[in-house]
Amino acid sequence: MDLILVNLIDGLVTGLLLFMLSAGLTLIFSMMGVLNFAHASFYMLGAYFAYQISIALGFWMGLLIAPLIVGVLGAGVERYGLRRVHQYGHVPELIFTFGLALLIEELVQFIWGKNQMPYSVPDVLNFTAFAISGNSIPAYKIFMIFISIGIFLGLLYVLTKTRVGMIIQAALSYPRTVEALGHNVPLIFMGVFGVGTALAGVAGVIAGPVLGTFPGMAFVLGSIVFVTIVIGGLGSLWGALVASLLIGCLTTFAKSYNIEMENVLNAIGILTPDDLDDSIFRDFWSLTSPQIADILPYILMVLILIFRPAGLFGKRLS
Amino acid sequence: MKNITKLGAVSALSLVIGASAAFAENIKIAFIDPLSGPFASTGTNGLHQFEFAAQYMINDNGGVLDGDMFEVIGFDNKTSPKESLIQLQVAIDQGVRFIVQGNSSGVANALTEAIDKHNRRNPDSRVLFLNYAAVDPALTNDKCNFWHFRFDANADIKMDALTDVIAKDQDIKKVYLIGQDYSFGKAVAAAAESMLGEKRPDIEIVGNELHPIGKVKDFTPYARKVISTEADAVITGNWGADMLGLGKSIIENGFTGPIYTYYAAGSGITAAFGESGKGRIRLITQGGINPIASEEARTLYNAFKEKYPEGNIDQSRIFNTIGMLAQAINEAGTADDVVAVANKLEGMKYPSMWGGELYMRPQDHQLIQDMNIAVHTDENVEFDYDNSGFGVVTESTIVNASMDSPTTCEMKRP
Repeated sequence: MDLILVNLIDGLVTGLLLFMLSAGLTLIFSMMGVLNFAHASFYMLGAYFAYQISIALGFWMGLLIAPLIVGVLGAGVERYGLRRVHQYGHVPELIFTFGLALLIEELVQFIWGKNQMPYSVPDVLNFTAFAISGNSIPAYKIFMIFISIGIFLGLLYVLTKTRVGMIIQAALSYPRTVEALGHNVPLIFMGVFGVGTALAGVAGVIAGPVLGTFPGMAFVLGSIVFVTIVIGGLGSLWGALVASLLIGCLTTFAKSYNIEMENVLNAIGILTPDDLDDSIFRDFWSLTSPQIADILPYILMVLILIFRPAGLFGKRLS
Repeated sequence: MKNITKLGAVSALSLVIGASAAFAENIKIAFIDPLSGPFASTGTNGLHQFEFAAQYMINDNGGVLDGDMFEVIGFDNKTSPKESLIQLQVAIDQGVRFIVQGNSSGVANALTEAIDKHNRRNPDSRVLFLNYAAVDPALTNDKCNFWHFRFDANADIKMDALTDVIAKDQDIKKVYLIGQDYSFGKAVAAAAESMLGEKRPDIEIVGNELHPIGKVKDFTPYARKVISTEADAVITGNWGADMLGLGKSIIENGFTGPIYTYYAAGSGITAAFGESGKGRIRLITQGGINPIASEEARTLYNAFKEKYPEGNIDQSRIFNTIGMLAQAINEAGTADDVVAVANKLEGMKYPSMWGGELYMRPQDHQLIQDMNIAVHTDENVEFDYDNSGFGVVTESTIVNASMDSPTTCEMKRP
C-alpha cells in the first residue's frame, strides 16, 4: 500500500518532466504544423548550459539563465532556419529539424566530450524530504513537481486569460485572419517556438542532475515525447498533461510490480500450456511487466491511433 | 660534375630510405566499439587507452619486428551486433589482422562467430579477435574458438572473487541481483545465484531482475523495489550510463548497503558518484591503480595524464593486450600469419606492469590474472578518476584467480 503512494509520486515526477517537453512540442506543432525532431536536443542543451553556468554562478542562476539562452537559440532557429525552409513545404521542414538534432548532438560531443557531466543536485535540495516505509523521497523531486506544476499553471493562464494567449489561439486556427487584423503572425510563430524550446530547456535543467547529463540524453527521451503528444492529441495542452502523467504512472507501476504474463493470461481464462518449454509462445508466456514497461507507451499509442486517431484530447483529424 | 654525383648519391640514398620505410608497414588493429550513442564515453575512453598503449609501449620503443608500428583504427559499432559485423568486414577489407572489442558480450558473440567463419573460408586474410572486456563465460566455453583470446577475467571468475568477499561479511543476509537484459547480465545473475548458494547458503536472494540495456531513463522504480525488499547488498554487472543511473538512483532513494559491481569507475562515473558512493561501491577489477603496482606503471600513467588530462586508465588490461600482442608478434617473427601469432599467445606468460604474472590458458584462451576488490573512495588515492579526487583503492587481491576453473571448451586448431 505504501509502495503505491511512493510509485504515484515517482510517476508524477516522470510524467511532469515529460509534460514540460511535450507541452512545447505540442504548442509548436499545433501552431506551425512542424513536428520538431530537434525538440529533445533543446532539452539536452538546457542541461549542458545549466551545468556550465552552475560551475561559475551556481545552480539557481543556471535554472534562470539556461532556459533563456535555449529559448533565444530556438527563436533564432525559427527565424533564420525554419522560416526559410517553410516555403518549401513540410517535408523539408522535417528534414531540417532532423538534421538539427544530429548537429546539436555532435556539437555537444565536440564541446563537452562524450563523458557524463558531473552536474548534480544543489546542496540546498540534497536531502531527504520524507520517507515512506524506508523509501526516501528526495527533496529535489518535490522541487521538480512544484516547478513543473508552476509552469503548467503559468502556461494555462497565459494561453487562456491574456491577450497574447488569445492572439496565439486565434493564430492557431485562422492565421490569415489574424494577420489581416494587423497582428504580426511570423513574430508570434517565432515567440511560440522560442517559448516551446525554452520549456524543453527548463526540463533539461532540472532533469540533468537526476537523469544524467550526457550526449545520449536527447536520444533516450526523444521518441517518448512524440508518443506523448500523439496520445494526448496533437496541439492540446491538456492532452499533453494527461498523456504525460498517464505514461509516467504506467511505466513506473509496470516496473515496480512483477506482473507475469502467465497470471494475466490465466486471469482472462487462457490456460497455461502443459509443456511450456516446447511451446513456441514460451517467451511470450514468461514475460514480466518490467521487461515490457518501456514499450507500453508505444502499445498505448497504437491503440489510441486505432480507436481515437485524434488522440485523447485532440480536436482535429488531420 | 662533382655536384651531379653528389645529387645522384643523395637521391639514391633517399630512394633507399624511402623504400625501407615503405617496407616497415603499419600493423593495423581495428577497435570495434561504440563511439556514439549512450555508451559512447565508455568506447571512446577505451580507444584512447588503446591508442596511447600502442604509441607509448610499442611505437616509441621502435615498434615490433623490424620497426613495424602499431596503428589503432576506431570503428563505431553503436553497440549493435549487426553494425559490428559490417565494421568487421570494412576492417578486414582494409587489411586489418587484429580486431579488438570489449563493450557488450552480445557484440562479442556475433564477432567471434563471424570471425570463425571468415577465417575458415578465407585462409589468406585471417584475423585474430582480442577481446579486452566482453566477459560472457560462453565465449571461452561453449562458443570458444582458436581465434578468440580474452584478456579480461570472465563473469564467473569475477563473481567468484566478489562472492568470496560477500561470503566473509556476516552482516549480509539478503542480496538483490539486478542487471542488463542480455547475455552478460544473465550470466552475472546466474553466477551470483549459484556461487552464493554454495558459499553462503543462508544468504537469501530477494530479487533477481533484468532491465533493458541502454534504454532506461529513470531507475527510480527499480530502486524502490530494491529498497522494499530490505536487501543488505546489491550485485550488478551494469556498465556505462546504466551503472551510473542505477547506482545513483538506489543511493538517492534510501538504500544504505554496499553495491558490488564490475564496472563502476571512470568515464565520468566516478565523478558523478562522488561523495555519495564513498565506501559503498565495491568493484572487482584487475591491475593495481591505488596503490600503483609498479614504478613503470606510474611513469606510464603520468605520461597518459599528460596526453589526456581528462582521461583515466580504467582498463589496465588494454595495456596488457597490446603488450602481449607485441610479444607474440616478436616471438612469431611475423604479423601477417595470425596462426603463428595465436600459437605464441597460447600459453604465454607475461609479467604485467599492473601487478602479477598473466597466463593465457591454452585450453580456452582465457587469461588468468590477479583480481582485485577495490572500493570507491577519496582516501589514499594517488591516481583519481575523472579528476574528481575520487578513485578506486585496492582492498584485497586474489592471486591467479580461478586458475583451475573448469571449461567446456573444445578448441579446434587449424
